[in-house]
Amino acid sequence: MTVKSVIEAVREAIAEEMERDAKVFVIGEDVGIRGGVFLATQGLAERFGSDRIIDAPLAEASIMGIALGAAFRGMRPIPEVQFSDFVWPSINQLIGEAARTCYGTNGAVQVPMVIRMPYGGGIRGGLFHSQNVETHFFHTPGLKVVAPSTPYDAKGLLKSAIRDNNPVVFLEHKKTYRLVRGEVPDEEYTLPIGKADVKRIGSNITLVSYGLTLHYCLEAAEVMAAEGVDIEVVDLRTLTPLDTETILDSVKKTGKLAIVHEDNITGGVGAEIAALVAERAFEYLDGPIARICGPDVPTMPFAQTLEDAYMPTGDKIADGLRKLAAY
Amino acid sequence: MPRKRTTGTHASGARSQSPLPKGLKKADLVDYYTRMVQARSLDERIWALNRQGKVPIAASSQGHEAAQLGSLLAAEKDGDCFLFPYYRDLALKVAAGLTPVQTMMSFMGKAGDPYSSGRQFPLQGADLPNKVIQISNVVAAGLTQSVGYALGARMAGEKTVVFTYFGDGATSQGEVHEAMNFAAIHKLPVIFICENNRYAISTPQHSQMVVEEISSRAASYGFPGFTVDGMDMIQCYEATREAITHARSQGPVLLEMMVERFMSHTTDDDDRRYRPEGEVERAREKDPVITLARTLIEEGILTQKQVDAIAAKALKETDDATDLAEASSPPHESELHDSVYGP
Repeated sequence: MTVKSVIEAVREAIAEEMERDAKVFVIGEDVGIRGGVFLATQGLAERFGSDRIIDAPLAEASIMGIALGAAFRGMRPIPEVQFSDFVWPSINQLIGEAARTCYGTNGAVQVPMVIRMPYGGGIRGGLFHSQNVETHFFHTPGLKVVAPSTPYDAKGLLKSAIRDNNPVVFLEHKKTYRLVRGEVPDEEYTLPIGKADVKRIGSNITLVSYGLTLHYCLEAAEVMAAEGVDIEVVDLRTLTPLDTETILDSVKKTGKLAIVHEDNITGGVGAEIAALVAERAFEYLDGPIARICGPDVPTMPFAQTLEDAYMPTGDKIADGLRKLAAY
Repeated sequence: MPRKRTTGTHASGARSQSPLPKGLKKADLVDYYTRMVQARSLDERIWALNRQGKVPIAASSQGHEAAQLGSLLAAEKDGDCFLFPYYRDLALKVAAGLTPVQTMMSFMGKAGDPYSSGRQFPLQGADLPNKVIQISNVVAAGLTQSVGYALGARMAGEKTVVFTYFGDGATSQGEVHEAMNFAAIHKLPVIFICENNRYAISTPQHSQMVVEEISSRAASYGFPGFTVDGMDMIQCYEATREAITHARSQGPVLLEMMVERFMSHTTDDDDRRYRPEGEVERAREKDPVITLARTLIEEGILTQKQVDAIAAKALKETDDATDLAEASSPPHESELHDSVYGP
């Protein structure tokens, strides 16, 4: 085991899979000699050449469409969307085309493609460098959506995503890139897509999250532990396919559920999980389902005060948990 | 290679096709004429079936056949080409190897539809045995995909030339620029084939763009563009053959093939609302099915009797295909959830 950052884990996963399979290549803006704006591909152009680490013109629709076409030919492209905020020009190729390819050809054409995108806020990115875009992909059949929170999960899941035969939207929370460090095995490993991970075992309340806010949930759980409330923290890791069994098993044990995400509350991942639990574990609930999520404003604003007001931080999560514990 | 070819090499009226070029056998022309007649026969029947309520929707390729088959003939002669057609390429898809009964099953949404097993609009999805992919009918969406396919083929060490087809309407999409620019940067072997019928559904070319020739846009990407008579199969074949050579050695080419749309945009459209009276009738004087037959007879390759026999055989094939497709099974409702994801 070696302690690494999330960005190091991402870089290692890409490099190892490129070494393992000549069909894997990266295409994106500034991914070559610059190594990506977050340095996810640092050193890879030198190692694998500009034919496999392709600097694209600043045109996201074609980055996605070209990656998709290469996937039709059996390649395993990794298009990088420099910031998730820039995915919108490519959204027809991703949601309109890639997600429908397997179904629309009745399985004849598959799309082994991993769309990597740094997402989320808390870094003073304002409206166009902070966006949480996951709900749009979560809503779309045909896509898999992965959102790890730790270096260990990021590496193991990215390697699995690259080997998957479906389009996988791989969401890397940009604030975790260097902030979150953790042990990563030195030997080869992968993690299964579609499996949540219980990051903290507890008995009183199930707290479900993913990405950056998962860490805020762990902080809040410690605060609550000091107050005598035992929180179970479930890290979804994968949004699609959703690990419904882990969620339901935990709620059946604790009887209470809170969901935390940075993305807007309305119609978000939390809404779906709330519906799932209401449908399939209603009689186990001892209180209302709580959502502690980003408010319904377009994105996290730039000003520090407004950004702080937006973000579901540990304090806000603890407040929500206190109310739920007292119910 | 000249910068462009001009249209109108033949006077209207008693039109014929270009004379037989070198390297093309008489049998090739008979073969492709036969395929064209078959495609036209199916196309006409499909519209009739729509009016009978048996085909929900159709886009006709009538008037576009010479462009589609001329380019396909060059692709087939080359032997290593892959096609990304668009929604008006019925004749191309049929001529590329789809059987009449497969065609009819696709239009009727039957399980035997090779493109999508009845999930998509007719002839949309993929026909991989015949080297065809068309995922959607969002215009121009296939262009960047075709460029990516060419990139992937090159990475796999292949020399495949990719043909990507689109109408004049699609050229207004921003992705056309992105696709052409990327293909030019990487000198990818892509032939951009614009079937210009001068209408984006109802919007005429002058309301879509200022330039007279779409092929002129190729200059801004640093690759050659040509305008050819898309009603002349032999001219389209020759232009495409030269384009294949160029594509493989130097990179992309834009071929603008001037065609005529004989039918409304789709079976749901009525072009009498927006096309000047007599325009379609005048266009039909250039009907490639008629002019190619005339050329074949003039050149002594076929007799009128043989031409008639080809038409009769095509009609019989269409009749049989219609019956077989009608009797075939639709997809079972249990298949609704299949293939959302691959294995």
